[in-house]
Parts: sequence; structure tokens; C-alpha cells
Amino acid sequence: MKFDILKHTLVPHHEILSGEDVEKLLKTYKIKKEDLPQMLVTDPVAKAIGAKDGDIVKIVRKSPTAGTSISYRLVVKKEII
Amino acid sequence: MITKSKKIIDKIAFGLLSPEKIRKMSATRIITPDTYDEDGFPIEMGLMDPRLGVIEPGLRCKTCGQKVKECPGHFGHIELAMPVIHVGFAKTIYNVLKATCRGCGKLLLPEEEIIKLREDYKKVVKRGNSTAAFAKEVIKKTSKVTKCPYCGREVLPVELDKPTTYREGGRKLTPAEVREWLEKVSDALGDDLRLLDINPEVAHPEWMVLTVLPVPPVTTRPSITLETGERSEDDLTHKLVDIIRINQRLQENRDAGAPQLIVEDLWELLQYHVTTYFDNQTSGIPPARHRSGRALKTLAQRLKGKEGRFRSNLSGKRVNFSARTVISPDPNISINEVGIPIAIAKELTVPIKVTPYNIEEMKELVKRGPEPEPLEGTIYLPGVNYVIRPDGRRIRVTSENAETVAERLEVGSIIERQLDDGDIVLFNRQPSLHRMSMMAHKAKILPYKTFRLNLAVCPPYNADFDGDEMNLHVLQSEEARAEAEILMKVQEHILSPRFGGAIIGAIHDHITGCFLLTYGNKVFSKEEALYILSATGYTGKIKEKMTGKEIFSKILPEDLNLEYKAKLCNSTEEECRKNDAYVVIKNGKLLEGAIDEASIGAFKGKIIEYIMRKDGSKAARKFIDKVTKLGIASITLIGFTTGIDDEDIPEEAQMQIKGVLENAKKKIQDLIRAYREGELEQIPGRSLEETLEMEIMRVTGKARDQTGEIASRHLGLDNSAVIMARSGARGSMLNLSQMAGAVGQQAVRGERIHRGYHGRTLPHFKKGDLGAEAKGFVSSSYKSGLTPTEYFFHSMGGREGLVDTAVRTSRSGYMQRRLINALENVRLEEDGSVRETTGKVVQFHYGEDGIDPTKSIRGKAVDPELILKEVTNE
Ligand SMILES: [Mg+2]
Ligand SMILES: [Zn+2]
Ligand SMILES: [Zn+2]
Repeated sequence: MKFDILKHTLVPHHEILSGEDVEKLLKTYKIKKEDLPQMLVTDPVAKAIGAKDGDIVKIVRKSPTAGTSISYRLVVKKEII
Repeated sequence: MITKSKKIIDKIAFGLLSPEKIRKMSATRIITPDTYDEDGFPIEMGLMDPRLGVIEPGLRCKTCGQKVKECPGHFGHIELAMPVIHVGFAKTIYNVLKATCRGCGKLLLPEEEIIKLREDYKKVVKRGNSTAAFAKEVIKKTSKVTKCPYCGREVLPVELDKPTTYREGGRKLTPAEVREWLEKVSDALGDDLRLLDINPEVAHPEWMVLTVLPVPPVTTRPSITLETGERSEDDLTHKLVDIIRINQRLQENRDAGAPQLIVEDLWELLQYHVTTYFDNQTSGIPPARHRSGRALKTLAQRLKGKEGRFRSNLSGKRVNFSARTVISPDPNISINEVGIPIAIAKELTVPIKVTPYNIEEMKELVKRGPEPEPLEGTIYLPGVNYVIRPDGRRIRVTSENAETVAERLEVGSIIERQLDDGDIVLFNRQPSLHRMSMMAHKAKILPYKTFRLNLAVCPPYNADFDGDEMNLHVLQSEEARAEAEILMKVQEHILSPRFGGAIIGAIHDHITGCFLLTYGNKVFSKEEALYILSATGYTGKIKEKMTGKEIFSKILPEDLNLEYKAKLCNSTEEECRKNDAYVVIKNGKLLEGAIDEASIGAFKGKIIEYIMRKDGSKAARKFIDKVTKLGIASITLIGFTTGIDDEDIPEEAQMQIKGVLENAKKKIQDLIRAYREGELEQIPGRSLEETLEMEIMRVTGKARDQTGEIASRHLGLDNSAVIMARSGARGSMLNLSQMAGAVGQQAVRGERIHRGYHGRTLPHFKKGDLGAEAKGFVSSSYKSGLTPTEYFFHSMGGREGLVDTAVRTSRSGYMQRRLINALENVRLEEDGSVRETTGKVVQFHYGEDGIDPTKSIRGKAVDPELILKEVTNE
């Protein structure tokens, strides 16, 4: 049996953002996709939720200052090219 | 004089100098190691050749004809008899050798793979990714190849013997062979050099092996004439002399057909000198030294480290309009002010532009000259040191020419007026660890020779007066003054972003004074109340008899409502209410509780924080100025002293303490017996020895607590030392119990002291003694004095503390510098996100909650309890 890492307490909630939400996100912050923090496609969580290169993942964390905090990451392939 | 730069830097490109380029830009070839002849003239084609630039005033450069300061200096060159490796490129050379074939110089990869790599490289550049990382991958790929795909030559492993020796298949390569190889690579690869992260337009691999050495201009290595008339040369010149000498000998020996061995030795020596010329701290070779034994400061040393060009001349530099002197306290000036000695005020100036509106006033000012007579009843009057005319000419104002300079003053001139009361200055104490280390103050010119500051600003600067010095900077532009006034004034920093509380506030005697005033229900006569309140500038009514709490209430804002536990409080709210340790302030009246550190102290002052948040920085500053003066007036009136007899405790208490200590020692003996007889119950996860140590530490800890408790039972609030400790002014009850009761267990690395002699700590004890005394338990008090062995153990514990702080400061300093360098470009945007300069997002919402810690309530956005109280009370 494989352990579901998404259920681990130390793994925050991840979800792939829909195209519509991506538009909205980029518009609110007036940024390009590339300006977002990144995560690798090979990241165990990215694999678990099935995120692909170019997807944007929404992460909801517990925060000691704000209760919950939301951040976003662009999924990228690792390549030195 | 205002000088305008004639050239504007558009871009900077980095590359390697080719031998041809070095020869072309050279003003002369250098062939002789001598510098000056007997008459003191520079020798032609020597290291001080006049064509390399001028360093002597009055002379003109033989190359460009300009004078000192105008001539930038000119390079020369040395023709090396044999090529040598440039240490700075040893690693790059190594990489190129590893990736290429010695036979044909081609990249050790098949044609089709190279074609693919060319495509990949284009992508890397287009995407702005690291070409260095790409080159690393290319080199990694070549490492698996065993035979050249082009000429079929067997690929032998290349090794780098640091710093500059290369081996191919175990056989040493001479720099000449390396150069030959690199030449082949250059020819064979051409534009493909880019795959190895080398731009062939500006750098060829073979140029990393030197055949010609540029000699820097004399302006970069000026010789200095000592008082004795002796010339002393720069370290770089010394090093170049060594290079030329060895180079000459190598040339002679080689031309004379000397044995291979001798030539090789000299060649290696030349390599050593050239290597240390670039970097005298190259690992693997001994640094070149001066005759005195001092290591030479060569090129890399000029740039590297704290004393290097970057950190000491570029990131930070010496500046004008600044002053430094010893600091001393002045309780009579505001926290916003700084006292400046007259002598310093006369040197520091503020530029004032002359306009049609102020020209008459400025003329009067200039007329005063640099040394005006102070007006009747004052100690200082600012004069004028310089007038800068519209054409940029700078005229020094003297008592003699003041009159005429004033007459000729024109609109558009700038006069440099001496510092005056009220000028905005920046005040700083190193180490500048947080933003409160540099704050703006209003100048106040005072007699004597020290900077004066209010005691309430000691905490943010972490200053005391045991000889501390501080720096002062006078702002030179209107923008700077406005910015400093709004952002940097002391009153704007009362709350610290570190913990969202007051960092400026009462200390030491301020707290003791206010405590003495407000504790209990002391009653003061009208005269006494007048004495105390007049110090704060109070002008209202005074009653015939006033309690201390009533007097204190006079400086509180009228709408202040607060309730909290005082520092004095050490139990529940109800308990503390009985002991005057619970503060209640209603409508600006102190009804209950003594004022102590928790109310007005720096770091803790509740009242200060509250006023700051509610009424703003100006009100908070006024309160701090008043409360410190109130405290000092109170302590002066009431009188306060402390001495060693404050730690006196009755005979009977001393006997009790002795009993506790005896008891503890006996318990330890019992534990040791149990351990020896194997009866000690082991703590899970610990060895038997560890268990014993832990148990003993517990006993000694408890014994110290008990002695402290006995001592404090006899040390009440009628005792000055206790007043200071309990009110938070200075010292702690632990300090007192160590003075009166027992010092307690000394520890090194958190364990009882165990090192020293074989099987024991000191020769005074038997081997294997595990008892209290033998392992650093100090049962004496500081007051009674320590026995010699106790004193020794105490010194061991004390030394560890000193070493710890020394190590901690250096390490945290390095950490802080790296953090600052990493974060200096990160900023908060208007939308609340934290971004890099490129616009990349670091945080979507600053600190995740978007709260400015300075404006927070001890880190929290709101204080619900306070709001609740405010709502229910009113
Ligand atoms: Mg000091
Ligand atoms: Zn010149
Ligand atoms: Zn080959």
C-alpha cells in the first residue's frame, strides 16, 4: 500500500488552479506566470495531484501569523536548458 | 569645484586580455627589476619607468603629458621567458582540458550530439538561463568518453594538482604543453567554445596561460617616502621585482643551455611568483612574505574581505560632514535631541542656498565670519566656514575677509553655515544591527567635548557610558532633512519592529524613582510635590498634600484607561491587587498599583506603548520626556542608595541556608552511594552515569532555589537592592540570592565541571570523587567570598560565557551580512505583496498577515482583551 502524502500533517493543501482562476490571479497581481514562485513537476506533491508543466498550484497553509495563508506556485520542468 | 564626468558608462564587458592586446596597451616593456638609480631617478624600463604614469606632484607624465591626478597611469608589460598558468583560471583550464582531445583539440562528443547541444545552447540563452550550468552538463557528458570520436586518440584522465599543476594520465604537463593544447582547442572549437561557457569573441582558452604579464601603472602601486627619506615600495612592486628577477634568470639559464632540471626549477619558481602575485592566499602554496615576515598584500588581497576594496571602499566609505566622540548622559535634553560640543559644531556645516529672499540675512551671517562672538548670555553663535560662488569656486571665510565676502555675496551662491540648535542630524552607534541604530536627532550645541544623549535612548542604541563612542552625520540636502525628520526622528522609533513594543523608555533610576513615588500610599507635602512636578514642566494646580499616585497622574493623558499586572506582581491578579502590584488607571488617574518597569520601562512600558498607539509619537515623546524627569526628581527627593549591607541577612537565615546546603550535599552523597551500589534507578534512554549527573544537577539546582528563597524571605521592599530588582530597574532576585545565599552549581557545556586533572578536576580532590565540592558546586555566597577551588570553578563557568558571546557575535554578524545582501532588493509593493526588483513574487501577502510589526501590538494585529475592556469600561 502506498502512503498518501497529501494526508500528512506537514503537507499543506495543494490544488491545481483552473484556467479562469489563473487569469484572475495574474490580473490581480499584474504579473506574468514566470513571476510566480515555482515548484518542480517532479515534486512529490505535484505528482500526487497530477500537476503538469505550466500549471499553477494554489497552496493553502496554516500560518502562525494569519491563521491560514494562500500562495501560488508555477509548476516547472527541471531543465538547465 | 564641481567637476562633471566627461564619459558616461553605457555597459561593462568582461573578457581576457590577449598577449597582443597586453603588448599593444603597454607603454613600455619592463626588463629590469631595479626601480630607482643612486640619484633617486626612476630607471628606464624599470618598474617605476616614468612612462607608467606620474606620482610625484609637479611632474608630467611621459606618455600622456598630464599632471598628477589627471594622468590615470599606463600599463607596462613583462615578456615571460616561459608561459605560466594564471591561477584565477586554473579551474576553467581544467574544465577545458577535461572536455577536449589533446590530439585534435575537439570536443569529446560525437558530431550529432554537438549539433543538438548547439540548439540547446541557443535555448538557454533565449530563456535567460545559466550558461555556466549548461557548460557543466556538457563537461559531465564528455567525462564518459574514452576515445576521441574524431582522431581516435585514447582519452587519458586529466587531473588538477592544486593550485596550478596539470597531469594527463599521471604525467605532468608543463604550462607550455597546456598552452599548446588550449591553442588546438581554440582552433578546433571556434564558436563552439560557447558550449563551454567561453565567449570566443573576447576570450581564447590559451590566453589563460600567460606569456606576457601586464604591469599595472605606478598609480596603482605608489611608493611612499618615509620620514627618514627612505623609499618604501608597494607590495605589488615587490612582487613584480621577484617576477622579473626569476624571469631573467630563467631566460639566461635556458639560453645558456643549462640542465633541464635547473630550468624546470626556475620555471616552477616563476609560476610560484606569478601565482602569489595574483593571490597570496592560494591554498596549497606558502604565501610570499616580506623580510619582516608579514605576508604580502597582492592583487586578490586588495579586493577580498573586510579590508578589501569592496567592503571598505565601495560598500562603505569614509564621509565628510561627520563627527565621532565619546558619549555621556544628559537627562535634561529631550529624547529627540543630541548634545553636540561647540568644537564639533564649528567644523560641521549645513549648506544654504542664497536666494533673493534670504540674501540680506545671509550677508549678515557671512559677516560673522567663522568665529563669531556669542551673544550675551549664550555660549554659541554659528558662523560661516565657506562660501561657494555660483561658478563653483569655494572661498574659505576668515575673520579678515568675512566683511568683503559678505559684501560680494550673490544670489545662487551657497554658504556653509556652522551647525546650529535645531539642525537635523543623524546619530549612530555601531554595530548598526537594526534600524534604531541610526536615528535623526535635533542638534543642541553644548559646552565640553562629548555627545550628550537622553538616557531613554540608550536601549535602541544599546549604549552605555563606559567609554562608548558614537558617530554623527549632518544632512546636506532639503530632501534628506525632510526624509530624516519624517522617517528617522527618535520619536518615530519608540515602538520597535522587532517585537511591536516600546524600545525607548525609562531605565534604571527612572524606574526606581517612579516606583518609590507611587508604591504604597506615600504622602508628599506641597513643597515636595512642587519640587517633583516642576521638573516635568507641570503648570497646573497642586494640592496641600498629595499622594505619589496623584503626583504621577499629573503627567498621564486625561483619557488614559489601562489595567494590567505590574512587574512587581508575581502571582494572581487578586493577590497582586492587595500588594499594590496591579495597576489601574482610569481617566488618566493612577488609582492602584505601583509604577515600575511594566508601565514605563524600555522593552516593557505598557503606558508608553498605549500612548504611542493612541495619541501618536509626539504625545509619547512628551510622556517619556516627562516621566524620566519625574522619576529623577522623585529619586532625588526621596533619596536612594545601595551597598553591600543590602545583602545582609540575619544569623538565623544564614544557619538555615547552611542547613539546606548540607542537606543537598548529603543527598548527593546518597545518590553517589546508590550509584556505586547499583541501586540507582536508571532514567529511560540514559546511561547510569547520565542518570546520576541529572539527579545531582536537580539537587544542586533545588538547593540554590531554596537558599534564594530563604534569603529573599529576609529581603523585603524596604531594601534598596530588592526595590531595584522587583521594580525591574536593575538586577534580579537571582543576583541577590547569589550574593546573600549561595552561588550554586557551576557548569561548563551544561554539565557539572569534570575536566582538568586525570580522574579529578583539581589536585585538591581524590580521584573519582563525584561529590558536590569536587565538581564545581559553590556553596559560598558572593558576599562571604568564594574558596580558592570554588573561585577556580566559577572562573571556568565564567570563561565559557565569555567565549560563547565572542563566538555568537562573530557568527551572527556574518549571518546578518549574508541576509542583508540577499534581501536588500526585496520590497513591499502597494498591493501588499513582497517582490524582487524584477517583479517576481516572494510573498503574496507581507508576513502572510500583512501586518507591519511596528504597528502591531506585540506582533498581533489587535489586542482583543484591551478592546473588550475599553468597550465595557466606557
Ligand atoms: Mg559600553
Ligand atoms: Zn599619463
Ligand atoms: Zn581527437
